[in-house]
Amino acid sequence: MSMRLVRNGLGALAALAMTWAVTGAALASETTTLGVPVPWAMGLQASGGPIKTAIHDFNAMVFWIIVAITIFVGALLAWVMFRYSAKRNPVASQTSHHTGLEIAWTVIPVLILIVIAIPSFRLIYYQDRTQEADMTINVQGRQWYWNYAYPDHGGFNFDSRPIPTEDLQPGQLRNLAVDEPLVVPAGRNIRVISTGVDVIHSFFVPSLGVQRYSIPGRSIETWFRADSPGSYFGQCNQICGTNHWFMPIEVRAIPAAEFDAWVASARTRFAATMPASAAPVVAAAADAPISVAAIAAPLAR
Amino acid sequence: MATAHAHDDHHDHAPGFVSRWLFSTNHKDIGTLYIIFALFAGIVGIGISLLMRIELQQPGLQIFADGQSWNAMVSAHGLIMVFFVIMPALIGGFGNWFVPIMIGAPDMAFPRLNNISFWLLAPAFLLLGGSMFVGQGAGAGWTIYPPLSDAQYQPGMSMDMALFALHLAGASSILGAANFITTILNMRAPGMTLHKMPLFVWSMLVTAFLLLLAVPVLGGAITMLITDRNFGTAFFRPEGGGDPVLFQHLFWFFGHPEVYIMILPAFGIVSHVVSTFSKKPVFGYLGMAYAMVAIGVVGFVVWAHHMYQSGMDVDTRAYFMAATMVIAVPTGIKIFSWIATMWGGSMRYDTPMLFAIGFIFLFTVGGVTGVVLANASITQILHNTYYVVAHFHYVLSLGAVFGIYCGIYYWIGKMSGRQYPETLGKIHFWLTFIGVNLTFFPMHFLGNQGMPRRYPDYADAHAGWNMVASIGAYISIASFVFFFIVMWVTFRRGAVAAANPWGEGATTLEWQVPSPPAFHTFEELPRIR
Repeated sequence: MSMRLVRNGLGALAALAMTWAVTGAALASETTTLGVPVPWAMGLQASGGPIKTAIHDFNAMVFWIIVAITIFVGALLAWVMFRYSAKRNPVASQTSHHTGLEIAWTVIPVLILIVIAIPSFRLIYYQDRTQEADMTINVQGRQWYWNYAYPDHGGFNFDSRPIPTEDLQPGQLRNLAVDEPLVVPAGRNIRVISTGVDVIHSFFVPSLGVQRYSIPGRSIETWFRADSPGSYFGQCNQICGTNHWFMPIEVRAIPAAEFDAWVASARTRFAATMPASAAPVVAAAADAPISVAAIAAPLAR
Repeated sequence: MATAHAHDDHHDHAPGFVSRWLFSTNHKDIGTLYIIFALFAGIVGIGISLLMRIELQQPGLQIFADGQSWNAMVSAHGLIMVFFVIMPALIGGFGNWFVPIMIGAPDMAFPRLNNISFWLLAPAFLLLGGSMFVGQGAGAGWTIYPPLSDAQYQPGMSMDMALFALHLAGASSILGAANFITTILNMRAPGMTLHKMPLFVWSMLVTAFLLLLAVPVLGGAITMLITDRNFGTAFFRPEGGGDPVLFQHLFWFFGHPEVYIMILPAFGIVSHVVSTFSKKPVFGYLGMAYAMVAIGVVGFVVWAHHMYQSGMDVDTRAYFMAATMVIAVPTGIKIFSWIATMWGGSMRYDTPMLFAIGFIFLFTVGGVTGVVLANASITQILHNTYYVVAHFHYVLSLGAVFGIYCGIYYWIGKMSGRQYPETLGKIHFWLTFIGVNLTFFPMHFLGNQGMPRRYPDYADAHAGWNMVASIGAYISIASFVFFFIVMWVTFRRGAVAAANPWGEGATTLEWQVPSPPAFHTFEELPRIR
C-alpha cells in the first residue's frame, strides 16, 4: 500500500474522529447524554423517566430473545450449508416429514410469544394514562411548531418554535433547540392531552417514552414524568408538510419549587392568551394529585 | 426477451410485433412485459432513493430545495417500489409466466383480461411520475393520510394524479387476482389436486385472494379522499363530521394484507429454489401451504398495529398486539421448514440458492424486528422512526427483492433460452448482500436513537450512521447496475439453456418444456400421476 494511501486514510480517520469529538463536546456542554441522541449510539436513548425505564427493561428482554432466535437460525443455516453441501453429502435424503419437529416448531414459538406478551400487555396499560396526574398539559401540533397550554395554571398557552440554524447560540442543538420549551416540574406526573388544528402531527419525546399523534377532531390522553431536571428533546413524528423535519420539541423539567415561579412569570408573559375567568392555579410543590372536583370546579362557573 | 423467437410449428402465421407485444393474449409474453416494466420502474425508484441517500449523507439540506420536494420524492419512492416494482415483478411477472405452466394449463383463464391488467400500469405509472412534475408534488408519504393529503394542504393536481394512478394500479391488481383465482381453481391438469400443486402456485392463490379482498378497500378509501379533495365531501374532515382516523383504518385494512401480497410469492419462489438446489422435496408441504393460508387470513385482522399512536383505546391496542404476534408462528414454521428441507440434502450453491439462503436469514432478521414492533409498548418510541424503516426494508429490499433476484436467476434460462453466467451472478449476489445490509442495518440504531422517518435533515448526532447507510446505498446501487450487466451478458453471450439445467431437484412442470417454451405450451394436457 502506498504511503500516500496510508496518509490519506489516516487523515480521513482523524477527520472523522475530530468530527466525532467536536460533536460529542458540543453535546456534552448541553446535558451530557440524557434527553438527546448521541453520535454513533446503537441502543435506545437513555431514560429520563419511568415510562422509558419500563420500556428499556421490557425491550431488553425482547431484544435478547430476538438475538437468540436470529443466531439460532443463522447457526442452523451455517451448519446445513457446511454439512450438506453436495461435496460432503452426495446423496440427498428424501425425508420430508417429521411430526414431532413440526409440532415443536409450532408450540415453542407460541410459548416464546406468550412470554413476550404478558409483560407487554402490562406495559401498555401502564403507559396509556395515569390515575394520579399532578397537572395537565394540552399539546397542539401545528404547521410547523407546537403550542402548549396549561389549563391547570390559568389556561395560558404559548408557541414553541424551532430556532433557525443561523440564530443558534453556543450549546444549542441544531434542529432540536426551541425558543419556548415545554416547562414542567421534575418528578411530577404530567397528563398530556394532544389534539390537532391542521394536519396530523406526532408529539414524540424518546427519552421520556412518550408519543401520541395530534389529530384534528380528536383528543388523545397520555402521560409522562421527567424524573430529574434537564432538557428532553423530541421531534415531530408524523409527516405534516414541508417543515415536518423542523418542528422539534423540548421538554424542560425544572425543580417543583422553581416551577411555581416560572408559572407566575408565564402568566404575565402570556397574559393575553389566558381566558377572562382564570381557573385556580395548582401549586406543583404540593404533593397531592389533582382531584376531579378541582378540575370540574372552574368549568361549573 | 424480444429476441426469443416464437416457434409456431402448428400455426401458419407468427404474430407481428404490435399484435404480439401490444395486443398480447399470451401469459409468457405478458409476464415478460411485466418483468421489463418492473425493472424499468426499479430504475426510477432506486434513482429516487439515490437522491435521498445523497441528501441524508450529511447533516443539512444539500440538494433538496425544501421539505415539500423531499416529501414528494419520498412518497413517490414508496409508491413506485410497492406498486410498480415488487408487485409487477412477482405477481404479474413470475405469476403469469409460471402459474399456467406449473399447473399444466395452456394459458390463464382470461388471456385478454391479463393484457389489460398489464397495460393499465402504463398510464398509472405515467400519472404517478407526472405528479412529481406538476405543482408541488404529492408529499404525504405513501400512506397519504388526510388532512395532509386533503386539498387544503396538498393543493393542485399532484395528489389527484397520484390517487388516480393508484386507482388504475389497483384495478390492474383486482382484475389480475380474479384471473389467477379462476385459473388455479379451474384449469389444473387432470390429476393435479390442490394438495399436489407446487408451492409457488399456492403462494399465488393466497396472494390473489388477498388482492381481491384488500385492494377494493384501498379503492374506496382513495375515492373518498378524491371526493373530499374535489367534491366537497367530509369523510375525513372533522369540521364536517368526518374523522381522519377513518382513512387510517381503511388504508391499513388494505395496507397490511398488501405487505403479505408482496412477500408471499417470494416465499413460493424460495420454496422451489431451496428444494431444487437441495435435491429434496420441500419439508412439510402441507404445513408450508397452510402456513401461507394462515398468514393471509390472520393478515386481515391486524391492520391497526400501524395505528397505535392514533388514539385508539388501550384494549383495542392490546387485541391488535396479540393478533400481530400470532403471525410470527406460521412464518416461523416456514423458516424452519426451509432449513429442514436443506437438512440431509445435497446442496449446490448456485446464484439462485445464494439468494434463497440470503432471503431466509435476512427475512428472519426483518421478521424479528417486526415482533419487536408488534408490541405497542415499545412501538411508542419506535413508531415512525428509522427502526420501522429498517424493519420494512429488511423484509422488502432484503426479502421480496432477494425473492425477485432468486426467481430471475432460477428461471432466466427457461424464459429466454440463455443461461446466466454463474461467476457474474455470484458477484452480483455478494455486492447486493453487502450493499443492502450496510444500508439498512444502521437504520435500527438511528431509530433507537429517535431519528424520525421522512426527514431530509436530522439532528447532528445522527450523522455517523447516516453516512454509513449512504455508503451502503451507493454499493447497493452499484450492484443494481451490475445486475443489468449480468443480464446483458446473459442475452448476448449466455450458454444455450437446456430444458432442465438444474438436474434432479427441479421437479415442477416448467422443467419438462423446452427453454424457451413454445409460444403455446400444453396444447395437449399433461396427466399428473
